[in-house]
Amino acid sequence: MPSLKDLKTRIGSVKSTQKITKAMQMVAAAKLRRAEEAARAGRPYAERIETVLANLAAGLTPGAPGPKLLTGTGDDKVHLLVVATAERGLCGGFNSSIVRLAREHIIKLQGEGKTVKLFMVGKKGDEQLKRLYGDLVVERLYFTDVKSVGFDQAAQVSNRLLEMYEAGEFDRAHVFFGAYESVISQVPTALQVIPAEPPKGADADQGDKPPYEYEPGEEEILESLLPRYVAVQVFRALLENAASEQGARMSAMDNATRNAGDMIDKLNLQYNRARQAQITTELVEIIAGAESV
Amino acid sequence: MSQFAFSLVSPERELFSGDVDAVLVPGSEGLFEVRAGHAPLMATLSPGMLEVHRGGTVQKTFVRGGFADVSPNGLTILAEKAVAEAELKGDVVADEKALAQKTLGDSAADPDAQLDAQRALGTLENF
Repeated sequence: MPSLKDLKTRIGSVKSTQKITKAMQMVAAAKLRRAEEAARAGRPYAERIETVLANLAAGLTPGAPGPKLLTGTGDDKVHLLVVATAERGLCGGFNSSIVRLAREHIIKLQGEGKTVKLFMVGKKGDEQLKRLYGDLVVERLYFTDVKSVGFDQAAQVSNRLLEMYEAGEFDRAHVFFGAYESVISQVPTALQVIPAEPPKGADADQGDKPPYEYEPGEEEILESLLPRYVAVQVFRALLENAASEQGARMSAMDNATRNAGDMIDKLNLQYNRARQAQITTELVEIIAGAESV
Repeated sequence: MSQFAFSLVSPERELFSGDVDAVLVPGSEGLFEVRAGHAPLMATLSPGMLEVHRGGTVQKTFVRGGFADVSPNGLTILAEKAVAEAELKGDVVADEKALAQKTLGDSAADPDAQLDAQRALGTLENF
């Protein structure tokens, strides 16, 4: 049976923990709003570039050798998994669920006899995968001191990806990230970025309208467009990831705050019981003393 | 003068969207102007000033890298970087200049990139 003083200190410490989780929840909520806005602001560009790419890809003669970024290397041996996670913990199962999905893919691909390489974006995922698959990691990129992800970060990732692709270091690349659905639901997702897959049905915009003129040629445009498309895909993944992270942290901290509240209630009850018991014993002792006189 | 829909988007946000009279676009093959009813055209951009004419006013924006997409529905500029003239000062200009200088140094073998970098420096000189 803990003493009254012990209980009091415990209540105090749980209360201050609750204050911290509450503050973290509110910070996450504010950051989430900003991250959501950023994700929304980036959407027009992504949509337009998808339409443009779909138009161009549809215009290519089928079967003709197109740019490597669109058609692939013709091989399917080496897979690069870009695992994008958060830089910080305390966000529920956010990082773990992305890592789990990546791990499932690694096991499946290795079972098929393919070579797997890892490109870790974000510290937390790296820490989790390091133990099992440390030797597969070919590249690491942390954005620890970046306040909010911008296109520059995405360009950094995609430039590195393109360099490696040019050097023939892999045949296919997937990005793993948490797709943001709502505050309570973030779905770990794998998105193929290389070779680029233009979305189906996005070319409804022009249909059989007059043909485009290209300045400079069609191929040059496609060549400068594809790397940008890859960058945009990576950017989208990073933005969604940022929103998901804050959403996950917000609900995790909300839970923690609630749990701390429950705990305080329980401890308070215990404290009051103990206090009453003490008063009762004191009274009994006084009465017993008075009687014996 | 008839107007047409124009939107200027960068990866981070949509900078402009609305009806305009004419837009002067710094294409990589030369400056061109888009007005209502322009034939469908897809062009790459070179660094420079984009001029948007709208009801007698001119709005200037520095753009670097990207595409101009003229479709029957209007003109869309997808710019890698877009900075309004009013915001073009201090660090932003310094960063862009540094980038252009770097391209100039790195791309000795690529005349197109050289030209682009020189254009960027030329445009930024006045800021």
